[in-house]
Amino acid sequence: MSTNFNRKDLLGIRELSPAEITHILDTAESFRDVSRREIKKVPTLRGRTVINLFFEASTRTRTSFEIAAKRLSADAINISASSSSVTKGETLLDTARNLEAMAPDCIVIRHNCAGAPHQLARICRAGIVNAGDGSHEHPTQALLDALTIREHKGGIEGLKVAIIGDILHSRVARSNIHLLTALGASVSVAGPGTLVPKDFTELVEKGLRVERRIEDAIEGADVVMILRIQRERQTSAFFPSMREYAVHYGLHLEHLTLASQDAIVMHPGPMNRGIEISSEVADGSRSLILDQVSNGVAVRMAILYLLAGGGRAGGDVDDTTKRIGE
Amino acid sequence: MRLLIKGGYLIDPTVGENAGRDLLIEKGRVAAVLKPGEDAPEDAQVFDATGLVVAPGFIDMHVHLREPGQEYKETIETGARAAVAGGWTSVCAMPNTDPVNDNPAVTRFIIEQAERAHLANVFPIGAITKASGGAELAEMGEMKRAGIVAVSDDGRPVPSSGMMRRAMEYARGFDLVVVDHCEERSLVAGGVMHEGRMSLILGLRGMPAAAEEIDAIRDCLLAELTGARVHLAHVSTRGAIEAVRRAKHKGLDVTCEVAPHHWALTDEVVEGYDTNTKMNPPLRSREHVYAVLEGLRDGTIDAIATDHAPHHADEKALEYDHAPFGVTGLETGVALALDRLVHEGVIGLERLVELCSVNPARIFRLADRGTLKQGAIGDVTILDPDLSWTFDAAKSKSRSRNTPFDGWQFRGAVVATIVAGRIVYEHPELKQIRERNEANKREEIEAKR
Amino acid sequence: MDGARINRALARLASEIVEENHGATDLYLVGIRRRGVPLAERMADKIADLEGNRPPVGILDITLYRDDLSTVGVNPVVNRTELPGDIEGRNIVLIDDVLYTGRTIRAALDQLIDFGRPRRVQLAVLIDRGKEHRELPIQADYIGKVVPTKKSEIIKVMLTDFDEEEGVAIVERPTAES
Repeated sequence: MSTNFNRKDLLGIRELSPAEITHILDTAESFRDVSRREIKKVPTLRGRTVINLFFEASTRTRTSFEIAAKRLSADAINISASSSSVTKGETLLDTARNLEAMAPDCIVIRHNCAGAPHQLARICRAGIVNAGDGSHEHPTQALLDALTIREHKGGIEGLKVAIIGDILHSRVARSNIHLLTALGASVSVAGPGTLVPKDFTELVEKGLRVERRIEDAIEGADVVMILRIQRERQTSAFFPSMREYAVHYGLHLEHLTLASQDAIVMHPGPMNRGIEISSEVADGSRSLILDQVSNGVAVRMAILYLLAGGGRAGGDVDDTTKRIGE
Repeated sequence: MRLLIKGGYLIDPTVGENAGRDLLIEKGRVAAVLKPGEDAPEDAQVFDATGLVVAPGFIDMHVHLREPGQEYKETIETGARAAVAGGWTSVCAMPNTDPVNDNPAVTRFIIEQAERAHLANVFPIGAITKASGGAELAEMGEMKRAGIVAVSDDGRPVPSSGMMRRAMEYARGFDLVVVDHCEERSLVAGGVMHEGRMSLILGLRGMPAAAEEIDAIRDCLLAELTGARVHLAHVSTRGAIEAVRRAKHKGLDVTCEVAPHHWALTDEVVEGYDTNTKMNPPLRSREHVYAVLEGLRDGTIDAIATDHAPHHADEKALEYDHAPFGVTGLETGVALALDRLVHEGVIGLERLVELCSVNPARIFRLADRGTLKQGAIGDVTILDPDLSWTFDAAKSKSRSRNTPFDGWQFRGAVVATIVAGRIVYEHPELKQIRERNEANKREEIEAKR
Repeated sequence: MDGARINRALARLASEIVEENHGATDLYLVGIRRRGVPLAERMADKIADLEGNRPPVGILDITLYRDDLSTVGVNPVVNRTELPGDIEGRNIVLIDDVLYTGRTIRAALDQLIDFGRPRRVQLAVLIDRGKEHRELPIQADYIGKVVPTKKSEIIKVMLTDFDEEEGVAIVERPTAES
């Protein structure tokens, strides 16, 4: 019963054990209730400080973390840093040291360079939450996706999941693949050959297949995840035109006839309608895109609670029976 | 000035005889190689080398000393100090300074600075093209006259095959070897580590092995076309080593070197995003490391060169994507060779001396070096192959600290470095080392050969 | 205290609660996790036996309202709080196994208020360790048994829902406890 999550940081899904992942998801379920109450706030992190350090624009993820912090009564401070100023002079580590001087309990970092959270974690006393680093990982997105899947499918084990799109540059795909295969799902990925390296199966030990056609990946799938085409990352150089992408790699209603009868469709947002996903699918009954958003707050509350909640003393406390004052 | 190195075990493949020998150096040159007990002049300064290996001075064919232009990273003096602490009596300085060493004035400046430092010998390498821009040939003849020993645009490849052909043909006229950094840039675009399983996992842009191999194969073809002498810098992939192997079979004058980090580390250490694991060519996957070891064993690889590339801590404190390529290596290279190659049974001590001294001298035509025959220059590297020690980057002689080997433990160390008969480096604990070394040491070395 | 005595104490508490609240009509029992929950369920059954209608039973997990999160080391597991229906205007009876410092009850009250405005909140406990341990001005309205204890002791309430046997015991606090 006493599953412990005793980490200082959440840097990626890859290093988490299946038990740790399940523990986070279970905790998130309890927090989902808080957001459904009339008073959507608990005093748990009163007096704690959470810094949202975003080197990359992201209204959605930043807002989600901010709401999560506030519902836990933590003080949330948003800092938008431009990574161009970093290359000019101040190093990432300078920035980190400056923030440490404010004694935050948690730093949530989004950065366009893979590994920036890991570098921060090495020198900061605060817990570091990776809110997306380059093409590496986006652990809270994978956790909220898993929470959504669990809610609709009852579990993860044994599910068939298709992930479609720019796999090469996608941190969402990586985190999801690590999480889903760790919990016993099988994952098929597909997209343009330039964006789906043939050796991508090596990412995990087992449970991952690379398909040439998206139809083959979707065949029999219980979950279809569509990735966003990130125009700002010059992915356009990887395929001839948006029109060709939409025709050959976009998800259309007829694709869903290949999937299992009660398949669900997910997208991390923001969507490019008519490119990677048709509006009929996005707005259809199979789409859980809005559920994903509300589960995001619950997952982020759970993470902030687990990282910034307790003391750092460690030690084995039988947490469910230990009473206050005893 | 006479120096007698007494009681050591001499390993000199140019003589072919390895045995206990005393070495007498007079006026900077080897005056005599004496059998134990043979008479030596009584007034000579004596260096007690009992139980130690005495080898012709090690020559690092590939270092970046950053002067002129980037003295905050390294100077010729600090670089030379690190060199002798690492057992290198000579280092060959790549031309990617600021300004680039593409003219005799810069060449002369480097040589003068090295003379002022008066530690290791510094041999400049000139640029192949002006400003290493890949467009126009640099003044190879004038630089040769000023003292360069080779030409290279290292740090960058020569992108155009046509330009490379012309460079090889022209360099041939001055008997200069063309040293190429093999990298097909269009395949590398933005890459920061070896492309493979680890780059996929870490989400970092990859540099495929094919990028190095395409250029290595091209250079071998051009060596055949032009008849030039070609040396491939820091080979790191199975395909590049295979290309050199084939070229040698064909009888072409193609040689290559390998850097210690390419046999000591794999791309798996990039996990954690420590920027001291970022260099170019990048750390490769296991299969390539095995190919490097095979190349060292079978003779395909001619030389060990550190590719010592100092960078300031602030530059390395950036994100993995933004940090510069390169690690320091002068003070750890020989130890990595002893620990990981000799003690692991990949090569013997004699082959180590070929890789670190004999072959570099031959490839760069360094007259009277890479040997301790009578009359040769008195550059000597003295090793204790069994001394266990720990590298502490904080105590490095280099101005920079960007090493992935901080805190590593090694078996095998450099205990003294002698340049032209002058002791320029002595291990701080030499006295204790001598006390520890008993007579049976000699037998151990014999067995290791 | 053995299983039979626990049962008798609960029966007595049930009749006191019904009497004090003039029946079971507006009653709403709330068990505090963990051992307050089965106690609340049993209490509801006994009230049903007496009155014919069973009051609703809610569950409070006070973890998010604790005032000692920074000192407990590893984060306590967060379990769900379930309060079916509306607590607005109801007569709430908080139920827990042991009343000691009063801090758990403070947390439970704070949480309860976040869910609505009950008409009245009362407290029922199986064991009261005595007023001298109280760190907040909190007292129980219904007490199964007062058991005077030392600080060095722990009251162990065992219920078959979680434990192998049923009963209450006083044990020495393990010295290694931080």
